[in-house]
Amino acid sequence: MPIIDAVLDDFFWRALIGGLGVALVAGPLGCFVVWRRMAYFGDTLAHSALLGIALSFLISVPLNLGVIITCVVLAMALVLLSRTRTLATDTLLGILAHSALAIGLVTLSFMPDVRVDLTGLLFGDLLAMSRNDLLWIYGGAALILVLLAVLWRGLLMSTIHEELARVEGVAVERLRLVLMLMFSLVIAVAMKIVGVLLITALLIIPAATARRLAHNPEIMVAMAIGFGFIAVSGGLSLSWHLDTPAGPSIVVTAFVAFLLVYGAAGKVRT
Amino acid sequence: MTDPLVRLENLTVRFDERPVVDRVNLAIHRGDIITIIGPNGAGKTTLIKAVLGIQKVSAGHVSLKKNLVIGYVPQHLTLEATLPVSVKRFMLLSGQSIAECESALARTGVGHLLHASVHHLSGGEKQRLLLARALARKPDLLVLDEPAQGVDINGQASLYDLIRELRDDLNCGVIMISHDLHLVMAATDKVICLNQHVCCSGYPADISHDPAFIETFGRPVAESLAVYHHHHNHSHDLHGDVVEGGHTECDHAHH
Repeated sequence: MPIIDAVLDDFFWRALIGGLGVALVAGPLGCFVVWRRMAYFGDTLAHSALLGIALSFLISVPLNLGVIITCVVLAMALVLLSRTRTLATDTLLGILAHSALAIGLVTLSFMPDVRVDLTGLLFGDLLAMSRNDLLWIYGGAALILVLLAVLWRGLLMSTIHEELARVEGVAVERLRLVLMLMFSLVIAVAMKIVGVLLITALLIIPAATARRLAHNPEIMVAMAIGFGFIAVSGGLSLSWHLDTPAGPSIVVTAFVAFLLVYGAAGKVRT
Repeated sequence: MTDPLVRLENLTVRFDERPVVDRVNLAIHRGDIITIIGPNGAGKTTLIKAVLGIQKVSAGHVSLKKNLVIGYVPQHLTLEATLPVSVKRFMLLSGQSIAECESALARTGVGHLLHASVHHLSGGEKQRLLLARALARKPDLLVLDEPAQGVDINGQASLYDLIRELRDDLNCGVIMISHDLHLVMAATDKVICLNQHVCCSGYPADISHDPAFIETFGRPVAESLAVYHHHHNHSHDLHGDVVEGGHTECDHAHH
């Protein structure tokens, strides 16, 4: 269709559509990150994405696929290692997050033929989004939203009280695995938007902002998506008018919304 | 008697080769209220978890009646502050209809809190909410892990009364862990004193005389329980002395 073509030919519109698609899944998954105290875990997975990119170049597989696989492997390793309990989970995460990032950077430096835009990977390169990226984003988003809708009750119940959920027949371990897979997928697609260093912000800040206003989990998810939309469209406008980097602008917009909501809601309450 | 709801045969759970629950045999029937008491680290919670099917068993068997519906009341409901949940939403997550949920809440005395946030409930209200949630599932077996923790003294007594009433309503079996020895002794059919193995079990009146019980809890506790139990079944005179058997009608009346 000519209109859609015209829209998709414009890099700004591609960036906006892609960003909104990511916000659509960052909302609900961000809520789980906040509810389950997985912020540092998300950070670790995001950092390992860079290692995933390096490995994808090394064995020449598509970047997104390489990132997803690396994230999944790392997530599994984390789950297994945290069971042994020789190291506290935050220590373990700290080691793996920065080691994965460092190994990724070192590996990339060994491949002088490969020209990667490191700044783009670390902080996002939203304006260089291709049609192919859009396909990945919306394919991934559709998959994640369907999974979330089908598994919602079990996911929520095992977040509220794991043992109670288990007694009621919820497959808690399997759901945890599915949740990890969804995180890996969203990191792979969100990397393009805000970069590996800022992905966790896109997950956490809208969800935390929504928490101040929401009284039920589903409303919190809807609001988190809304604040994600505001962050993406606001950040892109900022980037367009002031020529600021797109990824950081989105995070700054999300943060400003967070401050405004907490400031205003605080006043209402007292 | 009919088939038991749950039968434990030589149930053993070991952590790193150390037995935490050691060869426990137990049957729970409909209408039973069985209370597990015992010192810290005696394996009470592990035993309960084995019954619930969320604890791997090292040896022995846990056999559950076919299609057994278990209502579980965990020790605490500690909700992450970032997760907003109303009582209504929490109840509906059980998968039961709103009518079922409302009647279960009313039954446990917290019907008026339907629209409240779970975060704003007191300890006692939270326990009653958890009980309502277990109740909404129409359980054959109620499993409670220290149901009266964080509840004040008056609340504790009425909570145990409520559990008895629910047992009568549902004709279900009840197994619970408790530290509230006095209340347990008054409200229970059968007490199991666990210290890895079952050190003694029986009716509250008998168990407090059991040498194994006295050894585990010490003579003062055993004696106070024995007295307390008399207080419930028999009578005290006005000076607080126990009136031994053959007491008059008058003694009964002032109970």
